[in-house]
Amino acid sequence: MTARLTPPVTARDHAQGPPEAPVTLVEYGDFECPHCGRAYPMVKAVQRSLGQNLRFVFRNFPLAKSHEHAEHAAEMAEAAGQQGKFWEMHDLLFEHQDALEDENLVAYAASLGIDAAGAAAALVEGTFSARVREDFASGAKSGVNGTPTFFINGARYDGLMHPTALLEALVAAATPE
Amino acid sequence: MSPLLSAGTPAPDFTLPRGPGETVRLADSRGHPVILAFYPADWSPVCGDELGVFNEVLPEFQRYRAELLGISVDGVWSHKAYKQARKFDFHLLADFEPKGKVSRQYGAYREQDGFSERALFVLDGAGVIRWSYLSPVAVNPGADGILAALEALP
Repeated sequence: MTARLTPPVTARDHAQGPPEAPVTLVEYGDFECPHCGRAYPMVKAVQRSLGQNLRFVFRNFPLAKSHEHAEHAAEMAEAAGQQGKFWEMHDLLFEHQDALEDENLVAYAASLGIDAAGAAAALVEGTFSARVREDFASGAKSGVNGTPTFFINGARYDGLMHPTALLEALVAAATPE
Repeated sequence: MSPLLSAGTPAPDFTLPRGPGETVRLADSRGHPVILAFYPADWSPVCGDELGVFNEVLPEFQRYRAELLGISVDGVWSHKAYKQARKFDFHLLADFEPKGKVSRQYGAYREQDGFSERALFVLDGAGVIRWSYLSPVAVNPGADGILAALEALP
């Protein structure tokens, strides 16, 4: 049983790097999860190494029962995404995992030039909760088995959470047999 | 060791403690699907582990009216503390005395280690196994196989 990304990457997803890149890395992550926090520089490292040969996609998988701020952090990332600032917010959240209260999230939105009152209201109203839930449900179907879980060209990566190991797997996937 | 019970096999009935002074009988769960998740031990050292993910995925299971039961050879007091600490919203059953008896009946016991395999079963409402999966002990299975099996139930 090989866990496969379901559904595949589409225009709906937040992506960095060209769609025609030979390798696509998808992360299911939780902005409050310490393991995801440790994976954040690893992803940056492989992005630097592979440049335009890599497309990176992030989908939300908040473990809301163990991380009380994870759901709102995910919703704030989506709120920023609607304003074209998903990746800026993604980076801010992973760089400030110890400050994810609602007031912090709203301040991050303001620092990115996003309407702070609107962002605060979106959290209260759960404007982006359905979108986060969609990501979560797709992760469950795809075989996410913890956070972070990575998929390389659609297949779950069960290797070490180490930049060298991940880079080797990405290069192997990008290289025609 | 006997092989993992496979699809089409009626699930052996059992009664196991789910907490101090409380028991669960499998046959009482007829009428809706049941997911049995055998696992090696309480207190595995990572936060986003198998049961933690299943706990989060419970709403997806509940769409199919499926009930999740975790089973290991740990005793009821360990289970109770573990369930509280991880905020699990499903029962952990203690296959503790005689140790591993139910795990053995399902072909999900590791004699060499003295604990249960990481094994999953999906039972239909009539108590028949419709899907089973044995995972390498070191690899957390996700919920994908369970969800596919639930979706395939008539």
